[in-house]
Amino acid sequence: MNKPIFNLLNILIRLTSITLLSILFLGAFTLYLAKFYEPKRIEPEVANSSLKQQTEVTEHDFIIDEGYELVVANCTNCHSAKLVTQNRATAEGWKNTIVWMQETQNLWDLGEYEDKIVAYLARNYAPTQQGRRKNLERVEWYNLEPEQ
Amino acid sequence: MVKRRDFIRSSVLASAASLIGFKIAHAAKMPYGYVPVLSQQDIPFSKHQDMVVLNDRPWNIEAMAHLLDDRVTPENKMFVRNNGIIPKNMDVNTWELLIDGESALAQKKYRLDDLQSKFKSYTYQLTLECGGNGRSEFNPPAKGNQWTVGAVSCAEWTGVRLKDVLNDVGIKDSAIYVGYYGSDTHLSGDSSKDAISRGIPLSKAMMEETLLAYKMNGEDIPLAHGFPVRLVAGGWPASASGKWINRLSIRNKIHDGEKMGGSSYRIPCESVAPGTEVNDGDMCIIESMPVKSLITYPKSGALVRRNQKFEVRGHAWAGEKEVRTVDYSVDFGATWQACTLEKPKNRLAWQHWKTTVSLSKTGYYELWVRATDDQGMMQPMVVPGWNPKGYLNNACHRIAIKSV
Ligand code: HEC
Repeated sequence: MNKPIFNLLNILIRLTSITLLSILFLGAFTLYLAKFYEPKRIEPEVANSSLKQQTEVTEHDFIIDEGYELVVANCTNCHSAKLVTQNRATAEGWKNTIVWMQETQNLWDLGEYEDKIVAYLARNYAPTQQGRRKNLERVEWYNLEPEQ
Repeated sequence: MVKRRDFIRSSVLASAASLIGFKIAHAAKMPYGYVPVLSQQDIPFSKHQDMVVLNDRPWNIEAMAHLLDDRVTPENKMFVRNNGIIPKNMDVNTWELLIDGESALAQKKYRLDDLQSKFKSYTYQLTLECGGNGRSEFNPPAKGNQWTVGAVSCAEWTGVRLKDVLNDVGIKDSAIYVGYYGSDTHLSGDSSKDAISRGIPLSKAMMEETLLAYKMNGEDIPLAHGFPVRLVAGGWPASASGKWINRLSIRNKIHDGEKMGGSSYRIPCESVAPGTEVNDGDMCIIESMPVKSLITYPKSGALVRRNQKFEVRGHAWAGEKEVRTVDYSVDFGATWQACTLEKPKNRLAWQHWKTTVSLSKTGYYELWVRATDDQGMMQPMVVPGWNPKGYLNNACHRIAIKSV
């Protein structure tokens, strides 16, 4: 057999199989990624409109201020923003919460962003002095009718 | 037609995605595969429309006081506390409970029909209150879900006695604690990590009212409340009543599962000044919940006419103890009058109280209610001892009333 032609064929076959393999590999990888990025869902059973409204995602989930995007990116992966925004703490308190999550709840090292995140939280979700007991607030007045 | 709400939502998602971008998300050492999840999830239960969502991932939902007026709490008014993700596919046909541990004489597995056919079943009405109910009132603020008054329920649970099952397995003399494991998953998605794995001392496990329950209010336990089998330890922080349980360990030491240590469900052994940092070693596990009461009728904000008689009612409970008296005040605690109080349906069930009130002058009033247990312990008027995680706030419940 003619040697150069054989070599050429050989190279061609190799090239084709490499291309095919990489296409296969890329495809599998994309599928794998897609699986990761699929939002975790709980099967729908009963939809409740009031609960749905209360869980609506809006711009107001976090106060928009410097560092906002870092907090969205690193603090809404495991739990919703609501678990963060319900809370009030000083910079030290926020830092302690982050450390607690890193030690016990698989939160990752926030690197250079940690200071910015803590500063954002301490600025926007700081404690207010509320004394030993607050006044009753947000009372909605209504006429009390006799019961049937 | 593009609905406005959908439009807003998708634009938020789009802008959040562009704000975040891969660069930011991956510059911190976020493991691959984590994405900020902004999409809504479906709701795996049905609740009354006035229930308040504190957190939707994980689900944490509380009732408002007036929703808890029923003598037996129905499912749709029952608070939901989750530390992790509600399991998806719970199948009674494949469900098994493994009992093991250093202090178990044997390892045994039970299917649901084994439990039902082997042991006698009992029904009790049992009070379950989240240890953090009332957390929102602590100052300085305590971290976690900011429960107000509605993280309490008293449903009817049916099941077999835990002690009968433990005795069937055989308990070594060294046993002191029983720890549970459930099928809920950790929020981080790490399957090697439990969301919560708490337990109860052997003495509580051996009580007649401590159940491996498979029915709630006569029906299969709803998924959000622990289907198919829940450990129910009434009168203790509800986190001791493990949901979706699949394994119980009879331990020769205090169970050391997730949320048994640190500051979780623990308070300083010695009371501390507000804001004090407390070492883990100085924290003690919460056992019986303290005496407490709720005004479930009328709803706060009632406008009544001067001299109009109206009924006031609610429930009172005291952990392992019984409530002896319930009193009310309409003058900010200056004078107190007794309410009528019923006996509990069974031990560890809340008790119903009621009275009739009329206000002889017009003006703004607050109705306060204070329960006292059978050992003379009373609800405080202000928020009780501060603790790092804001547990056990049993300050008297107050509602606003105007006489016009
Ligand atoms: C890897 C997962 C993960 C990430 C990411 C994460 N958290 Fe958490 N966080 C948790 C878990 C788990 C809990 C406990 C939830 C529960 O018990 O309801 C928690 C609880 C909290 C709480 C309540 C604390 C308490 O003591 O109960 C706050 C506040 C909080 N997180 C803030 C944040 C902030 C701020 C960030 C971003 C810096 C963040 N989380 C990112 C896993 C995470």
